[in-house]
Amino acid sequence: MNLTLSHLIALLPLLIVCVTVIVVMLGIAWRRHHVVTASLTTIGLNAALVSLLAVLTVTPIRVSPLLLVDNYAVLYMALILIAGLASTTLAHAYLEGFDDQKEEFYMLLGCSVLGGLTMVASDHMLSLFFGLELLSVPLYGMAAYAYRTRLSLESGIKYMVLSAAASAFLLFGMALLYAESGSLAFADLGARLTEGGGHASWLLMGIGMMVIAMAFKLSLVPFHLWTADVYEGAPAPVTAFLATVSKIAVFALLMRLFMSAPVTDIASLHTIVAIIAFLSMMVGNLMALRQDNIKRLMGYSSIGHLGYLLTVVVASDDLALLTTGIYLITYVATTLATFGVIALVSSPWQGSDVASLKFYRGLFWRRPYLAAVMTVMMLSLAGIPMTAGFIGKFYVLATGVEAQLWWLVAGVIIGSALSLYYYLRVMVMLYLHPTEEEQYDASSDWGQRAGGIMVILLALAVLVLGIYPQPMIMLVSSAILG
Amino acid sequence: MMLPWLLLIPFIGGLLCWQFELIRPNTAMPRWIALLSMVLLLVMALFLWVSGDYSLSQVVGNTPDWQSQFQLPWIDAFGITFHLALDGLSLIMITLTGLLGIMAVVCSWKEIDRRVGFFHLNLMWVIGGVVGVFLAIDLFLFFFFWEMMLVPMYFLIALWGHESEGKSPVSAAIKFFIYTQASGLLMLVSILGLVFMHYTQTGVFSFDYGILRETPITGVMSWVLMLGFFIAFAVKLPVVPLHGWLPDAHAQAPTAGSVDLAGILLKTAAYGLLRFALPLFPETSQAFAPIAMTLGLVGIFYGGVLAFAQTDIKRLIACSSISHMGFVLIGIYSGTLLALQGVILQMVAHAFSAAGLFMISGQLYERLHTRDMRQMGGLFGRLGALPGFALAFVMASLGMPGTGNFIGEFLILFGAFDVVPWVVVIASAGLVLSAIYSLILMHRVYWGPPREKTTIARLDGREYAMLLSTLVLTIALGLYPQVVLDISQGAMHEVRHWFAVSPSFAG
Repeated sequence: MNLTLSHLIALLPLLIVCVTVIVVMLGIAWRRHHVVTASLTTIGLNAALVSLLAVLTVTPIRVSPLLLVDNYAVLYMALILIAGLASTTLAHAYLEGFDDQKEEFYMLLGCSVLGGLTMVASDHMLSLFFGLELLSVPLYGMAAYAYRTRLSLESGIKYMVLSAAASAFLLFGMALLYAESGSLAFADLGARLTEGGGHASWLLMGIGMMVIAMAFKLSLVPFHLWTADVYEGAPAPVTAFLATVSKIAVFALLMRLFMSAPVTDIASLHTIVAIIAFLSMMVGNLMALRQDNIKRLMGYSSIGHLGYLLTVVVASDDLALLTTGIYLITYVATTLATFGVIALVSSPWQGSDVASLKFYRGLFWRRPYLAAVMTVMMLSLAGIPMTAGFIGKFYVLATGVEAQLWWLVAGVIIGSALSLYYYLRVMVMLYLHPTEEEQYDASSDWGQRAGGIMVILLALAVLVLGIYPQPMIMLVSSAILG
Repeated sequence: MMLPWLLLIPFIGGLLCWQFELIRPNTAMPRWIALLSMVLLLVMALFLWVSGDYSLSQVVGNTPDWQSQFQLPWIDAFGITFHLALDGLSLIMITLTGLLGIMAVVCSWKEIDRRVGFFHLNLMWVIGGVVGVFLAIDLFLFFFFWEMMLVPMYFLIALWGHESEGKSPVSAAIKFFIYTQASGLLMLVSILGLVFMHYTQTGVFSFDYGILRETPITGVMSWVLMLGFFIAFAVKLPVVPLHGWLPDAHAQAPTAGSVDLAGILLKTAAYGLLRFALPLFPETSQAFAPIAMTLGLVGIFYGGVLAFAQTDIKRLIACSSISHMGFVLIGIYSGTLLALQGVILQMVAHAFSAAGLFMISGQLYERLHTRDMRQMGGLFGRLGALPGFALAFVMASLGMPGTGNFIGEFLILFGAFDVVPWVVVIASAGLVLSAIYSLILMHRVYWGPPREKTTIARLDGREYAMLLSTLVLTIALGLYPQVVLDISQGAMHEVRHWFAVSPSFAG
């Protein structure tokens, strides 16, 4: 296959991020400078984001059998790049107090973003696996970046062990599918499978194992045990990255797999996914009820949220694709801003993160706008109108009602009712009378710094999209139809 | 167009209050801004009241008879529009909202002394949300405001609330929020079910009330969808098995919060039943009417007994609301024009009398620092005019002729008698209970030997004016209820029409 100019354009975001990683690496080797390294990364990621506009002129296009760059991929690429950028800005403020080498962090982050970009464009088992590993392996390093603190190291190692187990499942599942169908491309695979003739139980097992691997990455029940510890231990900007980029990439891929390889025909698989979804909603929200550590709380709440979103995988229709995009956008904006606030309060790094709920008591009376941002985020996570989270939840419910998945709809309602309890607890904590205990605050000029501006922009976006979601809906639907 | 301004004034006013506090703390400015926006809201509502023509719209067609409308595109993919409309029913509710908004601002003038700006932000946004509920006729928009107004109410209770019997206001606020939000989600699912039903029949997505009203639904589905709406409204009204949040929320809320809760938030539920549950599901609602009326009866008696057993004065008034709302439920589901008109009057009158009683308990609390009736007693001679006002409002609340409450209850019972005589007979017996708990309230707090000889601070001008104007409104409503009835006539006629389409139910 010849590589033409349009193929190169389609690969532009990947290439730019590659170049960024290499430049950052060489820069570190030549001379260490924190601000320069962070700026280089930011410029690189922004350039990649801008290059997506050029990519849109050539989509949809297949670049080698491995990658399919269509509007769907471009949408999630943009989301991943934005999440990567947000994490970079947060990391910059956060790492200023870090008492070890700061610069390698940005290289790891760039590699991980590259993996995410590959994943959302992959149309082949090989690129899927390649992307997933490229996404995950730097994340071990990032989670354990503050390796002198026990929690961070523990979180890195836990994530590594469980990720490795998930990869093993994924590879075995792929092998089984390959043995049955003789192809690794999604479309081929789907076609061969619908022709029939294969052994149904092997197919089910193969796809089942792949779903298990994805469920590990998405931290769905019963593969969720790593979540709270990793969320708690990893430094706040890393948690922000982990909670957004890896979820976007894996979920976008899962949807593509379910839509293009018609595993829809296997009813038992759908039942299994539905059970996983229902359990995630319940367990995630129930476990979050008693948490006093806001990072752990967010970890469990993410389990619940991914459970809601899994409803669309069970439905697997056109509305489901739309819902995936909308829910991921709203969830990512909300999660980023939440961890952004945590990172800002914990910046600069002083040995550990300010994650215990009691430190946030009375934040509103000291940093009103920062607390207002956090309030909006909690409301958005709880799905209250006037925030983007409500639009996301509305679409999930609409998908559920349309596909008549009443159990899952009931699960979403019960889960939301449960989740209110802990979101409100966090929210009211910000407004109560401050106690005499030791206080942690974001530095008083937080609003003028990159991380602060980013958090405020995200909060505004969450509010605007909650009140006028039309542009977001147009964007996502054009990405699906295009 | 005035309708969007009705909505925007409270929201903008609230933001201004907050910003003023951030720029310059410890000024009375937020109070004045809040008062001004409420007065503006009331004036606009009164202008609409005077300039509109609500009584003559007797022609019931397929298009609802709106006095004015406002429509903007919003979410095209689902056919959701930003659609506001006003008829007599919504106008009465909005005027009431404006009036009670003023009361709420004025009665917290002294009570709230910390974080004044933020308090008024929340108060204004509750009012804004309520106005939105009364104006929205796109179901998505309705739900939007329905849920949105919970957040500021949550803050009002959680942050400015009082401890009561060892329970923190935060837990009461969370209870309130979870009850209403979870039931609200049931309504959202019902709305979606209705929309998709309409979509499969016509191929068009729409959330518009006027369009969805035409969707014929039968069978199990109509029961499920109707119950989704009913449960959401029943939690807010409240109907007895779902009332658990109400006594706590009322008892722990600040005075302004209680006034708003009892005066307008509860009324959004009755409004929802009248506007949405009945016209959208007429047949099912009729089949459901006996159950709803039974629930109403249970509410009348259970609320009365509950009120009788309370020692906290605000909890007593809160429980009496449950009892009063039982009458409203019976009136709504009996479906005759007379009863429906009675429901409107009862809602307005109850808003005034409950607001008056809550303001009085707030003033007692400011003076005595307790709401426990066992520690009161013999206050009649020691408080100046306050006990006199209390007596008047208690009489209003038990339905004394000459007050609006009497007209409301009388019309409901009289109107429903044709349809369900036995329900009316039993409900009338409930009036006795209301006399008992009202007199107990008077007796425990004001009569008996005084505990001390000293006089307690008398009412100041602000408090006096507030109570007097509320009392005047209550009595005016009792003497000349036609003012309200004229406005609601058209809207109630339409509800009755939709509810009584089936010939089995002579209205």
